[in-house]
Amino acid sequence: MIDKTVNQRAWFLVLPVVVLVAFNALIPLMTVVNYSVQETFGNNVFFFEGVKWFEQILNSERFHASLLRQLSFTGIILLIEIPLGVAIALSMPKKGPWVSVCLVLMALPLLIPWNVVGAMWNIFALPDIGLLGRMINGMGFDYNFTQQPLAAWFTTVLMDVWHWTSLVVLLAYAGLSSIPDAYYQAARIDGASAWSVFRFIQLPKLKRVLTIAILLRFMDSFMIYTEPFVLTGGGPGNTTTFLSIDLVKIALGQFDLGPAAAMSLIYFLIILVMSWIFYTLMMRNEEQ
Amino acid sequence: MKMPKWLVPTLYILFLLLPIYWLVSMSFKTTNEILGTFSLWPQEFTLANYITIFTDPTWYNGYFNSLTYVGMNTLLSVSVALPAAYAFSRYRFLGDKHLFFWLLTNRMAPPAVFALPFFQLYSAVGLFDTPIAVALAHCLFNIPLAVWILEGFMSGVPKELDETAYVDGYSFGRFFIRIFIPTIAAGIGVVMFFCFMFSWVELLLAKTLTSVAAKPIAATMTRTASTAGYELGLLAAAGTLTIIPGAFVIWFVRNHIAKGFALGRV
Repeated sequence: MIDKTVNQRAWFLVLPVVVLVAFNALIPLMTVVNYSVQETFGNNVFFFEGVKWFEQILNSERFHASLLRQLSFTGIILLIEIPLGVAIALSMPKKGPWVSVCLVLMALPLLIPWNVVGAMWNIFALPDIGLLGRMINGMGFDYNFTQQPLAAWFTTVLMDVWHWTSLVVLLAYAGLSSIPDAYYQAARIDGASAWSVFRFIQLPKLKRVLTIAILLRFMDSFMIYTEPFVLTGGGPGNTTTFLSIDLVKIALGQFDLGPAAAMSLIYFLIILVMSWIFYTLMMRNEEQ
Repeated sequence: MKMPKWLVPTLYILFLLLPIYWLVSMSFKTTNEILGTFSLWPQEFTLANYITIFTDPTWYNGYFNSLTYVGMNTLLSVSVALPAAYAFSRYRFLGDKHLFFWLLTNRMAPPAVFALPFFQLYSAVGLFDTPIAVALAHCLFNIPLAVWILEGFMSGVPKELDETAYVDGYSFGRFFIRIFIPTIAAGIGVVMFFCFMFSWVELLLAKTLTSVAAKPIAATMTRTASTAGYELGLLAAAGTLTIIPGAFVIWFVRNHIAKGFALGRV
């Protein structure tokens, strides 16, 4: 930790960032707030409605259903990606030419545009022309993600695991490579088991990076839109309609601006509260 | 029986490459072959899909548009984030912690929330359907990320460096450009990579803010998929081409990428 000096002129250094981000964040946010308390019948005529839309959204079963789907999805992918990422990072080579090869290949999915990820998984998993669909059906399972809700969930989760586990691997790998060799030598002298090496040497070092990984994965999976939209279109039925997909349907599909704006604010607030909790944890880790 | 250690990463990489292989292999097939026969590799190898993309301006302009706004966004984000990250890493000032968290909240804002207001805002200022609009809009999440990562890298540089330079008579500007920026060059490279990455992969805002003139390649793809029926070969070729810039830039930052994901804090 660097001990910082108090200097109010530092504001000038921050100013360009504040102006640019405020332009992009505050004006649209004010628009959303405006819509969320008003009713319109077109022609740019608006009436003040108070908290009507908020009540409507909070009591609507549709919102509850998408929120529940969103929470389950985020929960499932976190439960898979975090342990899997750590396991892969633990078994990666520590030195040598293979490290770079591994890192580059693993980072590849992170750089593919999100709709290409969706399209790629669509043609990969289709039961008639896709390799994965053919393989699963060949093993004797009846699998068609465009019609079966369970198969659609399986495919969406698998796609996300494919897409983002590498992020956890890279973070965990960075954490592991910061452990000095001397720690391992000491453990070997003490005759420590593989488990206690993990528990008492590796896990404490991983704590910091894993908080970042969970924070990033939580935020991004909670905002997920393009990939499942291209893969399943939110279907079959509404079974993979997550919060963002539902929101875009209401706002741009039905043009129900009031309810969409109210939903946006509730949605944003949920992410904000959850992220603040992770962020506080992260900063506390850092100060130790 | 003990599993060899290389088995897990190898299996994982195979799993990562399989869908990509399927996409690439499909891009060399004719649409008829894709729909008619099931084969693990192209039977009638064809380059027709790629030729279409490279000769049809509605396709290749999509790449130029995407690369234009991604480049603009990367330069803009990094140049404004540098002084801000320096301020956060070196000084304490009124409201610094709140400001930092406020910046991060914008990284947390779901693009779906902002799609419609952004459309109205950029239409109102007359930037709709220009690369500038997308470049500015992507600042919403790229600037906070850039500040966050750079602040991590800068906090790793001892403060004595600054103090020695000031004692030697350097002004702030000269010190910052001549000494400080070269010191954290690796960090800047990583941040540029991340700005490139997140601007390149984002589609919802890019699609909302453009219609014809500045349409990104990814949006061109979705249009083709819906109107021209199933031109799967073409779609696969366009998808394959969107992977190449990423694969290219990743090579340059391969040794620092993990540190970047850890926000410069490892």
